[in-house]
Amino acid sequence: MSEISPKAKWGLAGVAVPIMIWTVIPIAWIFATSLKSDSALGDSTLNTLGNFWPKHPTWDNYRLIFTGGAKDLFLPALWHSIVICLSATLISVVLATFCAYAISRLDFPGKKLILTTALGVSFFPVIAMVTPLFNLWRQIGLFDTIPGLIIPYLALTLPLSIWTLSAFFQQIPWEMEQAAQVDGATSWQAFRKVVAPLAAPGVFTTAIIAFFTAWNDFVFSINLTSSNARTVPAALAFFTGASQFTQPTGAICAAAVVVTVPVVILVLVFQRRIVTGLTSGAVKG
Amino acid sequence: MATIEMKHIVKKYGDGFPAVNDVSIDVADGEFLILVGPSGCGKSTLLRMIVGLEDITSGEMVIGGKRVNDLAPRDRKLAMVFQNYALYPHLTVYENIAFPLRLAGASDEEVDEKVRAAAETLELNEHLERKPANLSGGQRQRVAMGRAIVRNADAFLFDEPLSNLDAKLRGQMRTEISRLQKRLGITTVYVTHDQIEAMTLGHRVAVLKRGNLQQLATPRELYDNPANLFVAGFIGSPPMNFMPATVEGTTLKLPFGEVEIPAEKAQKVAGKGLLIAGIRPESFAEAGAPHARDVSDANTFEATIDVVEWLGNETYAYVPFDAPPEVQSQLEQLEQELDGDTVRTQLVITLDGASEVKAGDRITIWMDAAKVHLFDPATSDNLTVDLTRAGRIPAMEQGAPAAVGG
Repeated sequence: MSEISPKAKWGLAGVAVPIMIWTVIPIAWIFATSLKSDSALGDSTLNTLGNFWPKHPTWDNYRLIFTGGAKDLFLPALWHSIVICLSATLISVVLATFCAYAISRLDFPGKKLILTTALGVSFFPVIAMVTPLFNLWRQIGLFDTIPGLIIPYLALTLPLSIWTLSAFFQQIPWEMEQAAQVDGATSWQAFRKVVAPLAAPGVFTTAIIAFFTAWNDFVFSINLTSSNARTVPAALAFFTGASQFTQPTGAICAAAVVVTVPVVILVLVFQRRIVTGLTSGAVKG
Repeated sequence: MATIEMKHIVKKYGDGFPAVNDVSIDVADGEFLILVGPSGCGKSTLLRMIVGLEDITSGEMVIGGKRVNDLAPRDRKLAMVFQNYALYPHLTVYENIAFPLRLAGASDEEVDEKVRAAAETLELNEHLERKPANLSGGQRQRVAMGRAIVRNADAFLFDEPLSNLDAKLRGQMRTEISRLQKRLGITTVYVTHDQIEAMTLGHRVAVLKRGNLQQLATPRELYDNPANLFVAGFIGSPPMNFMPATVEGTTLKLPFGEVEIPAEKAQKVAGKGLLIAGIRPESFAEAGAPHARDVSDANTFEATIDVVEWLGNETYAYVPFDAPPEVQSQLEQLEQELDGDTVRTQLVITLDGASEVKAGDRITIWMDAAKVHLFDPATSDNLTVDLTRAGRIPAMEQGAPAAVGG
């Protein structure tokens, strides 16, 4: 990479920093709001920096959702979120890996059909699907169950996973497996010992993307679940305040922070693991 | 250690296009066979059929006396060095070389012993713990070779291993490969498009064009007795000169003069009308120059030199001439087949490095007429070939030229 002049660096910073601040402000605001006590929410004199940061930050809201009145709503929702999203991600990534491997290596009738169908499915507006799905689920007994949510999440994450992983496998030269086969490996051994380690970064990326596609979903969750399988985004909509006129903003923000921040940290930590230059040494040039 | 027999191998793709068209080659035990030809001639496809990465449409592939058409690559006990090396980037050099041994379930001591022996042969001892990404091209190539030799395979297969190296390294690695093969004595099939590698490395060379075997002979036989225009133009650098010619008695009439040819040659082409004469650049000499060799006055002609290239040890002089249209089209087609892009009809002459000729000079040139080859323009066959010293020419076996591509 060539050196950019100091002037260009300042110019770049001048554009990048405002954009970063613009992006981060909502999350920062949510965090700040979650630290405000109920009175600070209503009374702006108790906050500094233009109603941003409370003068007396408090962990009350967090206590409320973890051990207080809201815990019966929040903790099960958190648990459901974790279980459902992890399962959907796991199944989706495993299936997509096999599918993408076949697509990138073999030429079979229907290959293009699979890819275009996957693309088409992902374009379909989710909201149009929920009503018939709700009806169907109710009739076959999948409404408000964990599998009942995992299956639509697979429909959300599989197309994306297949496409990402296909692109990734195509970057791994076929000669690797061929060399392994000549060296004495069966197809499965070639896949396991040579391709899988090289594909690991791609699988990782795909898993992360699939995970938070499922994690952030609201539409399926609110329509297809009731108290037994509700995930956090939907559960947040059902938080009630001390009376029917107050919005439990503080509790909602605390829940949002609990749900969002770990995912943000996850992505920040693993962004460096996504190394595409892994294969650059084995092949010439 | 095994022989490889390819019997009437044909490879047809889905659209009926024959990438390899009825090729039969026998590789003796311990022999170094080169498959050479321009891009698209089927040499890599043939190699991949030997190792089992491509299916054989028809024909028999027999390795070590056993028919292997339906065997997977892992069951054929062959080792291959790919053009792109195909090293495993997530493993160290040690593990790359050890990979086939570990797959076969060898013990750690055995693996260590064999890997170190291979590393010793290829001078990779200091690099054993490094990853392929940190190695230079030549080192990666040696790791690929190490992975091949560590297995005691029945034969080695090389798929253009030197084409990704710079010229100097290529020269060094060429001698390394030659030395290695002689030491290990293992049957080797080597694919290349570079005729220098073909000439210097192989015991025998198979020249392929568009899926057809043109000639299978030793390098010397190919050089002295090419079977047709294609082989003649492919082997030798700078390439052989081709020009239109007619023969009357023992006089060969060329565009720039007449020369006397030996009677046996004249006999073979009697009554054939217009021919293409082929003569190598080094069969000329500068007559009358102080450093020139002692030549007779016959077979000399005057010519004006167009371009001179001085290389230190020798000089290339370019002499243009005119060609009649019938031969012109044949020459252009030949140029295309040899992947060349010169459009001019010109003679390349190799002169002594001490020569002082300049562009535009008119000099006297002597031609060694005994070395001239005469080709039939219609069939491109060499009419003056010495069949006893030309190896195998499939087109001349069994009479009919089966499926010679145009």
